[in-house]
Amino acid sequence: MASQTKPLSDSVMTVKRSDTVQRLKNFLIKNGPLATTIVIFFVLYLIGSWLYPAMQKPQVVFNLFINQASLLLVSIGMTLVIIAKGIDLSVAGVIALTTAASAALLAAGMSPFIVMPLMLVMGITFGLAQGWLIHFFKVEPFIVTLMGLFFARGMAYIITLSSLTINDPVYRFLALTKVYIPFFEKVYVYIPTFVAPVMLLVTIYLSFFTQFGRTVYAIGNNEQSALLMGLPVARTKLLVYAFSGLCSAMAGIVWSVSLLSGYGGYAPGMELDAIASVVIGGTMLTGGIGTVIGTLFGVLINGTIVSILQFNGTLSSWWTRIGVGVLTLIFLGVQSLFYMRQKHS
Amino acid sequence: MKNNDALFKRMRESQLFWPLVALALILLLDLIFAPGFFKIGILDGHLYGNLIDVVNNAAPLMLVAIGMTLVIATGGVDLSVGAVIAISAALGAVLINPALGNVLIENKILAANTTNTPLPIVVLVNIVAGTLCGLWNGMLVSRGRISPMVATLILMVAGRGIAQLITNGQIMTVYYQPYWWFGNGFILGLPVSIYIVAIIFIMAWLLVRKTAIGMFIESVGINSKATYYSGISEKNIKLFVYTFCGFCSAWAGLILGSYIHGVDANNIGLLYELDAILAVVIGGTLMSGGRFSLLASVIGALLIWTFTITMYTFGVPANALLAGRAVLVLIVIILYSDYTRRVINKLSDQKGIKHGVSN
Repeated sequence: MASQTKPLSDSVMTVKRSDTVQRLKNFLIKNGPLATTIVIFFVLYLIGSWLYPAMQKPQVVFNLFINQASLLLVSIGMTLVIIAKGIDLSVAGVIALTTAASAALLAAGMSPFIVMPLMLVMGITFGLAQGWLIHFFKVEPFIVTLMGLFFARGMAYIITLSSLTINDPVYRFLALTKVYIPFFEKVYVYIPTFVAPVMLLVTIYLSFFTQFGRTVYAIGNNEQSALLMGLPVARTKLLVYAFSGLCSAMAGIVWSVSLLSGYGGYAPGMELDAIASVVIGGTMLTGGIGTVIGTLFGVLINGTIVSILQFNGTLSSWWTRIGVGVLTLIFLGVQSLFYMRQKHS
Repeated sequence: MKNNDALFKRMRESQLFWPLVALALILLLDLIFAPGFFKIGILDGHLYGNLIDVVNNAAPLMLVAIGMTLVIATGGVDLSVGAVIAISAALGAVLINPALGNVLIENKILAANTTNTPLPIVVLVNIVAGTLCGLWNGMLVSRGRISPMVATLILMVAGRGIAQLITNGQIMTVYYQPYWWFGNGFILGLPVSIYIVAIIFIMAWLLVRKTAIGMFIESVGINSKATYYSGISEKNIKLFVYTFCGFCSAWAGLILGSYIHGVDANNIGLLYELDAILAVVIGGTLMSGGRFSLLASVIGALLIWTFTITMYTFGVPANALLAGRAVLVLIVIILYSDYTRRVINKLSDQKGIKHGVSN
């Protein structure tokens, strides 16, 4: 309900009372969930660096981007899909399939400069096929992408039942070259780390400044209205799933570069991590509301929890899952609070 | 002739029709390519064979599918069933663990055929824990007004963590033999798990078909607001279905834990939420809620396992089977879509008209 009344109430309010205080209040309410996410991230990081002073090193911040590169890429695609009122469970499957397929192709002697574009094309095709089933057969996105997950993982296992090593020199170069960050001493990232931030910028541009982005938001708010307004609903829905497929394929390439191997069991449960990150980032699963910027912080929060656990060393990995679950819960409370305020104010 | 067409149409519109057709097709495939599939023998006074395997393996999924059907009928979804299975099985294994409380844990004590807690209490705690998990989901959905997918996602992510917390991250093995009975025992030659499924199915069936609750569940799924305005407490209906789903998952957890003689919190009940949703969808219940059929969902679960065991019989590796399952879903999707339904209806209507003309 909140999602449908949001744009209307906003415009009415700004016309009615235009004093600065009211405007500020509106701004805060509108961007409250995003602000909360950012605050939670910083508070979490501060707590971490207070507990473990080693976390104050700038390298740890950049490690977040190195370690969470695949998750960030996948979450970016997932955000657009969720804003368009869909869901994409196949992302982890596409990652696994990409790693397995590229490892097999490279082992067969194919040039990496053909393999990488081929994988991207595969991801796009995969997404398009899912979007086509969802839109034209009117099947729940949940079911179709679930099938996609099974299919992709199964294909990966058909390609190879065990982990395949990648010995390609180009991949090794990409994986092992350190890029030093200027102004910081001895702080480095790897080349694949840049893919996700660049993709983030592209997606910010796409979602805020293009007709495609606005159509995605319109579909998420009310698909029927979007259709009646004459927006290209079918095309946009297909493109959103294709975009998610592209992001997943990129994440798969990044994954295979950083691990230098391919296997069908990689990235277990990453679709859930991605959904949790998107939700923590302030995107509503009911569609129409959310930003990619929030998703970035959702992923960073996920990464921070993992780093805190790693620095602690005695807490086991399952605390990540409990932590993510609790944070999702907290964030849902915050979200519903803000949207209730917005409805009543 | 007209009568016949009407009968065929009614059959086609029954929710049981497509699942049964698919099941028959798979069994036909077996009949042609693997006749041994149907062999049932007697060993140690109970039946054995592929068909018994199918039923025994499908039992936990059937249980979860029964609970999931009611949840989906209200227009919701429960993603946490796998995690609830893990929590329930983990609690069972920990409560039985005879080494609990000993300072020095020796293999002799650990592997003894004894239990720390009496078996009835273990079962009770299992079921109560699962039901509480369901209650938690139900509270979030009905009182917290959180969309079902997110609300149950929380427990799905956190639940496996909790299960690992319970087992302290260990893979636990249970050596207490009476506990094995639920997943491996036999009554009158048939697996125990089947009796559990039958009892819960009959319970659920009586509840939704012999009382008004079934009607309420459907009306919540079709229009939750209208249900509220017509004086039915849609909140309590939602609370009930999620709690019931937790209850069913807890039984599934008990059977699964007992079947494998232990618990691995990371892997037990993995992907069960997806399989259960699949079973319900194969059974013809729409994800958007409304009309539902418990029996069709149970047949859906049976179908999934018949397909799985058939593929094993043909020697397909377990991991690659995922792709086969995806193809199965694809066929189901296309068969169930409005588009195909329209085409089939149109074809049969045309046939009817032709008959009319010739008559």
